[in-house]
Parts: sequence; C-alpha cells; structure tokens
Amino acid sequence: MEKLIIHKESCKSCRYCIENCPKGALYIKGDINEKGYPYVSVDHEKCTTCGICYNVCPDYVFEIQEREV
Amino acid sequence: MLKKKPAACFVDNKYCPGCGHGIINRLVAEVLEEMGIYEESIGAIAVGCASLMPETFAVDCIQAQHGRAAAVAAGIKRCRPDKTVFTYQGDGDALAIGFSETMYSAIRNENITVIFVNNSNFGMTGGQMAPTTLENQKTTTTPRGRNIAETGDPLNVINMMKDLNTAYIARGSLTNNANIMKTKKYIRNAFEAQQNSEGFSFIEILSPCTTNWKMDPIKAMEHIEKNVTPVYELGVFVERGEKNA
Repeated sequence: MEKLIIHKESCKSCRYCIENCPKGALYIKGDINEKGYPYVSVDHEKCTTCGICYNVCPDYVFEIQEREV
Repeated sequence: MLKKKPAACFVDNKYCPGCGHGIINRLVAEVLEEMGIYEESIGAIAVGCASLMPETFAVDCIQAQHGRAAAVAAGIKRCRPDKTVFTYQGDGDALAIGFSETMYSAIRNENITVIFVNNSNFGMTGGQMAPTTLENQKTTTTPRGRNIAETGDPLNVINMMKDLNTAYIARGSLTNNANIMKTKKYIRNAFEAQQNSEGFSFIEILSPCTTNWKMDPIKAMEHIEKNVTPVYELGVFVERGEKNA
C-alpha cells in the first residue's frame, strides 16, 4: 500500500494539483503555513496515489511513500 | 508508484507561486538522476529568473553572462567532452540578448543541450516585452499590447533552427500532466543525443509567468493552452538520427 505525504511548508497555494487531481482528493482548508500560503490537504479515502499531483507541482510538495503496516 | 523529489532539488525553490521553472527544474533533475549522470553534469545558467536555479539545485552550475550561456556551455563541452553540459535559459536571455550565441551554437552544431524556458516576457526585471511576446500581449513596455507593425512578429526560434544541421529539437509545455510527461521525454532525448555525441539539442518549454501576466496560476495555464500554443506549436521538430545519421 502507498500513501501520499504532503510537505505543507513547501506549498505556495498555486492549486495546480487540485485542478489536475482526477479524484478530487485534494483541497485547501484555509490553514496557513509558515510562508503565509493556505496549503493543500488530501482526503486519503479518495486518493489513489496516482502521482499526478507530484508531476504538476512546481514546489515539490508531494511524496508517495510505502505505507507503514 | 513511489515518488520522491530528486536529490538535486534539495531545498524549496525561490520562484513565484505557480511559476513553471519549479516543474522544469524538477524534470531536469529527474532526467539527470534517472540517467545516472547527475553528479557529472555541468549547467551554464542564464541571467533572469533562471539564475535562481543554482541556489536550489545541487548540480554543478556556472553563472554565465547575460545571454551567453550557450557560448559558455560550448566552451565547457569542448574542454571537458566527458561531461554532460546543458544551459538553462529564459526567452529574454536566449533570444534577445543572447540570440547570436544561441543561434551560432545551433549553426556550429555544438554537442550541448539547451533548455529554453519561454514565458513570453522578461520575468525577473518586471515583465518587459521579449522577442517571444505575443501580438497584442500587454507588458510593461507595451502597455497597449504588442504592435507587430512596429516590433515584428513573435520570434519562433525553432522555425529558424529546424533547417540547420542539429541533433534534436522539440517544444513542450507544462499545461497538464500529459504535456509535462511529454516534456520530460523530450529532455531525456536531448540529453541522450548529447551523450551519443549527436550534436546540438534544443528543448523549448512554454511556461507560465503568473506574476507578470497578472493572472492566477490556473488562468495562466489556460492562457498557454488557448493563446500561446497556437503560436508556438508543440512537438518534435528534428528527430534524433534524422540529420546526423
């Protein structure tokens, strides 16, 4: 099993990931990171770890890791 | 599919939110890492937003004078033919100030790779008109829109280069996942062409400049799809092996 990790401090709130996510699993809650941007969050129930968010992100926010059992 | 940012992108980049440079930095790093040449590559970096790259990119880089990255890269490659040498340039640098260096590297078929980021203005200096600025596009130096009767047509450099004796020429964009994956493939082909000593490889990438276009990032990508891509057609213009076989 794989899991999407979000490095929220890198996020600049461009929303490319939200626009490109085929499952609508990403959203912005409104919480703000240290740089002052409302960062992206993921709904793990909807996420299929396809990796499109990783590909379209200019700021290296996403990582797909092996889920710890 | 496990995904992790490449080791070369070791800290957060310093570009504006939604800037395409971040994606292109990552694609270059991924390709160099996948080919196993990331520690023995040398970049010649342009002036402009491209010059923010070496601070956050763990590959050996030389900061070239404005516009001269292709000439610097050609010099490095001639001295150290064992290294993989690339330039990373914007449109103001490669096509305005450094047009001669870029074109003559292509004419001499230097065995280097040019990564050319086209965001249709001078980004770092505040969004002035560049040779690639579209007709009627508003910039700080063309506040009523670019008048091509006065300034000439937008410069499509690939049209000028494709009839020369070069190894590989392609144009990609960053508007969606499919285009980003294609662009990565083009970059990989370009570096492979260099490794096989096939000659000059040139990748143009259509990228958004959200700050100077005064658009939000999603609208900037739509602008590229709708208005920029029809002027600068995507695809491969010189296939590997087509001319130097």
